Amino acid sequence: MSQINRLSGGKIDRHQILNFTFDGKTYQGHPGDTLASALLANDVRLMGRSFKYHRPRGVLTAGSEEPNAIVELREGSRQEPNTRATTAELYDGLISKSQNKIGSLRFDLMAVNDRFSNFLTAGFYYKTFMWPSAFWEKFYEPIIRKAAGLGSISLKDDPDDYDRGFLHCDLLIIGAGPAGLAAALTAGRAGAQIIIADEDFSFGGRLNSERFTLGDQSGSDWTGQTVAELSSLPNVRIMARTTVLGAFDHGIFGALERVSDHLLQPAPGKPRQIFWRIYTKGSLLCAGATERPIAFENNDRPGIMLAGAMRSYANRWAVTTARKVAVFTNNDDGHRTAADLHAKGVSIAAVIDIRPDAPQSNDFEVIAGGQIINSRGRLGLKSIDIALPAGGIRQLSCGALGVSGGWNPNIHLTSHHRGRPEWLPDIAAFGPPAKGPAGLRVAGAAKGDLTTSGALNSGTEQANAWLKDLGFVPTAPDLPEAEDAPISITPFWFVKGCKRAWLDQQNDVTVKDVHLAHQENFVSVEHLKRYTTLGMATDQGKTSNMGGLAILAELTGKAIPEVGTTVFRPPYTPTAIGAFAGRDRGTAFRPTRKTPSHAWAEEQGAVFVEVGMWLRAQWFPKEGETDWRQSVDREVLATRKSVGVCDVTTLGKIDVQGADAATFLNKIYCNGFAKLAVGKTRYGLMLREDGIAMDDGTTARLAEDHFVATTTTANAVSVFRHMEFARQCLWPNLDVQLISTTEAWAQYAVAGPNARRLLQKIVDPEFDLSNEAFPFMACANITVCGGLRARLFRISFSGELAYELAVPTHYGDAMIRRLMQAGEEFDAVPYGTEALGVMRIEKGHAAGNELNGTTTALNLGMARMVSKTKDSIGSTLSERSGLKREDALKLVGLRPVNPANPVPAGSHLMSKGDPVDAAHDQGYVTSACFSPNLGHFIALAYVKSGDSRMGEILRLVSPLTGFDHEVEVVSAHFIDPEGERLRA
Amino acid sequence: MHDLIATTALGAAAPCVDHHGPISLTEEPGFALASIAARRGGERTTILAIRRMIGPTAPKAGHWAGARIIAFWTGPDQWMLEAPYDSEEFLFERAIKEVKGKASITEQTGAWCRFDLRGTNLAAVMERLCPINMATFTTGSATRSSIHHLGCFVLCRNADHISILGPRSSAASLHHGLLTAIRAAF
Repeated sequence: MSQINRLSGGKIDRHQILNFTFDGKTYQGHPGDTLASALLANDVRLMGRSFKYHRPRGVLTAGSEEPNAIVELREGSRQEPNTRATTAELYDGLISKSQNKIGSLRFDLMAVNDRFSNFLTAGFYYKTFMWPSAFWEKFYEPIIRKAAGLGSISLKDDPDDYDRGFLHCDLLIIGAGPAGLAAALTAGRAGAQIIIADEDFSFGGRLNSERFTLGDQSGSDWTGQTVAELSSLPNVRIMARTTVLGAFDHGIFGALERVSDHLLQPAPGKPRQIFWRIYTKGSLLCAGATERPIAFENNDRPGIMLAGAMRSYANRWAVTTARKVAVFTNNDDGHRTAADLHAKGVSIAAVIDIRPDAPQSNDFEVIAGGQIINSRGRLGLKSIDIALPAGGIRQLSCGALGVSGGWNPNIHLTSHHRGRPEWLPDIAAFGPPAKGPAGLRVAGAAKGDLTTSGALNSGTEQANAWLKDLGFVPTAPDLPEAEDAPISITPFWFVKGCKRAWLDQQNDVTVKDVHLAHQENFVSVEHLKRYTTLGMATDQGKTSNMGGLAILAELTGKAIPEVGTTVFRPPYTPTAIGAFAGRDRGTAFRPTRKTPSHAWAEEQGAVFVEVGMWLRAQWFPKEGETDWRQSVDREVLATRKSVGVCDVTTLGKIDVQGADAATFLNKIYCNGFAKLAVGKTRYGLMLREDGIAMDDGTTARLAEDHFVATTTTANAVSVFRHMEFARQCLWPNLDVQLISTTEAWAQYAVAGPNARRLLQKIVDPEFDLSNEAFPFMACANITVCGGLRARLFRISFSGELAYELAVPTHYGDAMIRRLMQAGEEFDAVPYGTEALGVMRIEKGHAAGNELNGTTTALNLGMARMVSKTKDSIGSTLSERSGLKREDALKLVGLRPVNPANPVPAGSHLMSKGDPVDAAHDQGYVTSACFSPNLGHFIALAYVKSGDSRMGEILRLVSPLTGFDHEVEVVSAHFIDPEGERLRA
Repeated sequence: MHDLIATTALGAAAPCVDHHGPISLTEEPGFALASIAARRGGERTTILAIRRMIGPTAPKAGHWAGARIIAFWTGPDQWMLEAPYDSEEFLFERAIKEVKGKASITEQTGAWCRFDLRGTNLAAVMERLCPINMATFTTGSATRSSIHHLGCFVLCRNADHISILGPRSSAASLHHGLLTAIRAAF
């Protein structure tokens, strides 16, 4: 029979039937149900197996603190393990499975672990897997890893999207129970921008779970009316299904909004969840309180749950776990559960109250001064054993037991900045610290006001306190009269003499484990936690920590406040990693930068390579070319023979202007720029403060007070940042203005013997490109194609007669097409980064491989560039003796003795006859390529005293790959060492 | 007059326009940009030059001002000028003349792409993009913010119209990010 445990009433929509499955069996529930309430309605008490002993487990709570009813939701790529059935909102088609079992849930083969519980105690791993040590990595660890964890993941890509977002408010109210709603009403009516967020899909908190009234309304009616008013206020943002996960610096909170978890799948384009960063001026924690259990022997059977949860299931979801229930309590709240269930027609076996003076009832039996000392039922509770106050044991038949040990304020967020909770003796629980996160106030049950009336008033008071601080006029909402019963509790944590009494039900930590930890001298609460794993599961000990502390306090002879608590840390509840990543995944992981010639290059079939975020053409394959080397060799040969064009837009360009621009560059670069003539370009080397080479590039002087400095592609941002820092912080008195123009100009290298002839077809005729008028290292503002403003630099990375032509970026696409069209008569080729690299190695030009963060100007063969006549960043520290050793590495060229051999980058150099070890290392190869012009591999390398070892034969080795060949040390300038081509 | 044809930041001849729900997202290629940064001692002259170009005085931090030509604040004594491209392609040259050597001017037209969001409740989109507080980001506001990991300028033209200027080379990524946020919000 369907839903045999369904009661009358509740906040569910009985007109709609929702079908769902659990472990392959189909059940029915209603909108408003959670998976847990729907399963209980269908008389399913057994929902999971415990972590270590694989004990049968059912629902303990009705909220996010749930340690037991942990299930897998959905299937396929959307499968999600370790989800709490108590917060999973039911929808039609929901697929759920139990986890942590071998075989069926009823007959879990791993339940044999329970038979070996004497061995699997706290510290079992630490004691057992110590020897033999060789077994750890190959044997023990794989087994432990396999056994660890509860659910399973699909190993498929998550098909859903997650958003990240940013919100701002005057006041963030965390929790929408009576305190939160009263606060929102107060602040909302005053006109403050407020956000009220609650992890539940239904606002009201405990008001949804109680029968008592607020004024002449039920709790849920008052909630509905209040939410309706708040919804009508434009200054109030209502966020249900939103868990505030953490309190961070400066009034910033993290919150997870579950946008689509209650749907079969997200609507197209919509995220599954949103991770919000909320900027607040003030915040108010109204997170309520969590009931705590009492530990007794075998207190973990399905059917044993918190009394408040039992009341929630009855009043909110119209569900009873069984038709006959009992209650075990140390406070009056337990009696309320019995009364509510009795009113719903559920048979109350008895209320067992540890207090001898417990209140009596006319409706059900109350065993004052009794204690439950055991329970029975293999897969679900069948009966309990009660130690009677007068002596003797009474066995009582029941299908469910509600346990109430009192309520703990939910103060987690108040401790996220390491604030230490303070003991509240009236309710025998920890309350918020006196010094929590700045700007966070606390109200309601989270503050220890456990009555409804107290919560309403506390919420209003704290909201008004904020309103006053924020400059608003406080208001006094017409709060209804509400329940105000005094709190009567006798602290009671566990039944004496019990052993297998569970404290942390998810991590299978028992009272006996805490005893053992203490016995082994783990007397600090932090050590206790780590040794026993108490409070370390997905529920983070929300129902277990206090019990553990209380026992430790008793064992150590201290009061509970003296024992203290462990530190609460974000997130408050488990959060999918995808939510933190947001949309940054796959191809959208980071932005892509496209060069101005990208579309044209795509049309040519270019193969692209990621350089930083840029996509650069690596080479341009032609029909018939089957290997990248064929394309690259062709591009190199064609360029050196006639002319080639390469998009070099990616190089950083920094506009440096101001009366002191030259002085500024003189300090930034180690070589001089003060005397660079207008219309000239100069190579510059930039050092870090420690004297190591930082970056290089050419800088052109377009006017007395206007330079354009270029950087390497990879360092464009860091160099700009470095220069901006120097401008603002090192030399603020200099008149210098900087701005990046990397994106503003599309820049093309035109290289090869016919470069000038090609450009003469592009550059407007009034500009003379002859060698005399526009020599090597010249620069100028020009016009092209009949008047388009452009910049021309006669600089060469390839070693050929070469120019770099820059036009406004929006004309970049047109310009590459025009250049290639004009170059047809010269057989012009586009060349990519590979050919660029080959040609610069052939020419002996250093690049990022050589400026690798460990090398100096001396290593690069540029020691003389470090000017002694001026001060510049890094020039002094570059003089350190350690950097100027006689055998310092020097940049040289390498040629294989056997021309057929490669010269792999990364290989190390050894003198002939020396052993191959680090002590005899002579240097290493930084860049290598096949030179189509020379017909063999070549390389650039750093070699100790390399400049004085020309002609020496060295061993080139790679111990990793077994490579071992001879190479000859040669000049790094393989092509045109005299520079005649580039000056042609 | 040269015969080269400009392309939009998204690489087409015509700007891209998307509509989703109450929002339209339009690529806006038709604007010229020039940065203007006062030189030492030239602060007053620079502000006067901006006033001559845009009408009202140079906007303060967090704001833009002007009409056909506008300026938005980008840093202490620094602004960006923006004007219709067709009539002000040489905005930077005009600015150079106005500042009389008292400020550094750099053409920035090609450096940026611009996408305009139009429609009601733009805050619902913006809150998924950047940490700007839309309650206080009203007509005349301009700020710099990171959107989709890209440093962008954001201008509130009016309550139903926001411009986002991002690095041109990443126009496709920015467009994707904006469109995704719009589709998520509506």
